[in-house]
Amino acid sequence: MSGQSKIIYSYHRRKTYQNRGIIAALAGALVLAALISLSVGYSSLTFADVIRIITGSGSDNEILVLFSFRLPRIVLSIMVGMGLSAAGCLLQGVTGNALADTGILGINAGAGLTVVLYVLFFGTGSMLAVFTLPVAALTGALGAALLIYLLIRKKTGVISPFSIIMTGIAVQAGLSALMTLLVVKLDDTQYAFVSSWQVGSIWGANWHFVLALMPWLCILLAVIMSKVRVLDVLVLGKETATALGVKIQNEQKNLLFFAVALAGTCVSVSGSISFVGLMAPHIARRLVGPRHHVMLPVCIMTGALLVLVSDTIARVIIQPSSLPTGVVVSIIGAPYLIYLLTAQQKYHERN
Amino acid sequence: MKIRQKKSLVPLNLIVTAGLAVLIVMMCFSITQGAADIPLKTVREAFLSFDSADSYHLMIIDLRLPRVLTSAFVGAALGVAGAIMQGITRNPMADSGILGINSGAGFAVALYFAFMPNLGYGGLIFCAFIGAAFGALLVFGITAAKRGNDTSMRLVLAGAAVSALLTALSQGIGLSFQVGVDVLFWTVGGVANAAWKQLSIIAPVITAALIGGILLGPSVSILNMGEDVAKGLGLKTGAVQGLCTVCVLALAGTSVAAVGAVAFVGLIIPHVSRFLVGVDYQKMIPASAVLGAILLVLADLGARVVSPPFEVPLGVITALIGVPFFLHLSRNERSGR
Repeated sequence: MSGQSKIIYSYHRRKTYQNRGIIAALAGALVLAALISLSVGYSSLTFADVIRIITGSGSDNEILVLFSFRLPRIVLSIMVGMGLSAAGCLLQGVTGNALADTGILGINAGAGLTVVLYVLFFGTGSMLAVFTLPVAALTGALGAALLIYLLIRKKTGVISPFSIIMTGIAVQAGLSALMTLLVVKLDDTQYAFVSSWQVGSIWGANWHFVLALMPWLCILLAVIMSKVRVLDVLVLGKETATALGVKIQNEQKNLLFFAVALAGTCVSVSGSISFVGLMAPHIARRLVGPRHHVMLPVCIMTGALLVLVSDTIARVIIQPSSLPTGVVVSIIGAPYLIYLLTAQQKYHERN
Repeated sequence: MKIRQKKSLVPLNLIVTAGLAVLIVMMCFSITQGAADIPLKTVREAFLSFDSADSYHLMIIDLRLPRVLTSAFVGAALGVAGAIMQGITRNPMADSGILGINSGAGFAVALYFAFMPNLGYGGLIFCAFIGAAFGALLVFGITAAKRGNDTSMRLVLAGAAVSALLTALSQGIGLSFQVGVDVLFWTVGGVANAAWKQLSIIAPVITAALIGGILLGPSVSILNMGEDVAKGLGLKTGAVQGLCTVCVLALAGTSVAAVGAVAFVGLIIPHVSRFLVGVDYQKMIPASAVLGAILLVLADLGARVVSPPFEVPLGVITALIGVPFFLHLSRNERSGR
């Protein structure tokens, strides 16, 4: 027995080191990606330039480019990646479904519908759009989530994950249909705008958005990190979770609310980069296993890294206009997930 | 997925007979409706004593009849394809789209509009089918690339990843070559271009695959209990999954090629039939076929009569009819439990 427990102990210790290594590697990659992202773009700077400007000896022009245009966009893409991947992780945990992402809360479809309406009525040209469009998107996202909540609400008892998914699918499908009905009425320019919004692009980034988003994101992420044990237990199923003393009903509601809040605020500035929420949790699970206290941070960092790298590539690849970030996210992320599916054995060993 | 141990609400025979009756009545009604209203008497005459000089007769035989038949076939095909996918992946969010069929076809169609828009309608259908087959092969190849136990889980994930990739690529192509709107119009679907020539290709394929799907029903039921249980019961899970995939590809691939990626039918119809006849796939698959056909004929009718002479996209109507009905069913189901 003692031999066996020793093996298990050393296995756990090895895993702990390995997981710390993965987290450190991700953090390093994130910093590196941010620096590279600062240096590339329409007006190219060298790496040394970036360091020089950061340390305080750049020309006004360089400071403007770096701190007013690039840095907010980078910070925003990191924040959006964090928020969406955390929301995806919560939803996959609560519903127990591998295909769950922010789409099933109707957030993408709801936000999409109001954005199309906005474009139909006010056009895309006005400068006001930078500030009013996120508000419109947020309203749509929260409206759809509220609609789903009203439909699945029950006076007593636990909401079954099955009914969350079913109602979510139905509401999402209905809203998307309404959206399609309107989209076919748009002209080419409007359509290009709406479709790049739908795919997700971090546009109109400035410090105001960063400041508006930052407090929410920090509070919500901190709260979620305190719920990792609950998430671990919820994954085991309703009966087990109840037996272990989790008040499922409350926890479920809270977690769903956090997911809505996170995804809603992120979607309002980034459009629906929904694939991050679907994929980051799977990548994290395959890297460090299903325990949320490691998985969630890894998931959040993976999401941030993915969106940051994608946004950088999107900015650089077709200058001076840019490809929607969401397209690049899928083009980079999907092959990586496929690689993990075919190559790695870890996920199966751990389950 | 939760398996409800419950007797079926409605007997299968009733669903199939009543469903077929409703389907035939609706198809006849649908033929009379449209930009030009044709009385039922003329329809009967066109069938019994066809007169090639009568423009109404020509319209009925050459335009409306193939259109109605195409919607019925495609509806049945999408319903069954969705049911089989939900069965073998054990995931209520799965439909034929998860096999990469819709996104593969969409990708091929985007390429078609961007690089070779002169090939005509036949070329478009051909591209869409090749794309659908490519998407499905990719997903199935990735799933089969490694031996292991959780095939259904890998299928779902590989499907999601491949779909996302191909969709992103077609969106990228759409935006860079300014063909996004064309792709969108194809994606939302429509049976306006249905003709006998096309129907003569898809009808035999879909009929054969439908029969195949119904025969596979019992095996899908067993597979739906989980792969380990299915193996324990002596089912050749790999073979069944392979056959099911071929079946779904034939059903959904031809449908997508013929009418575009009509979303939602394959997702919702299996749930509706599950509410009605229970979880046994032997019953669910025929029920899905009938209900799918009804939904699509109804949707096509709606698409034509809502604002003539313009047509509302088919996918929009299926969702607008299907969603409230589905929500109603799922609410009743929960309060009844």
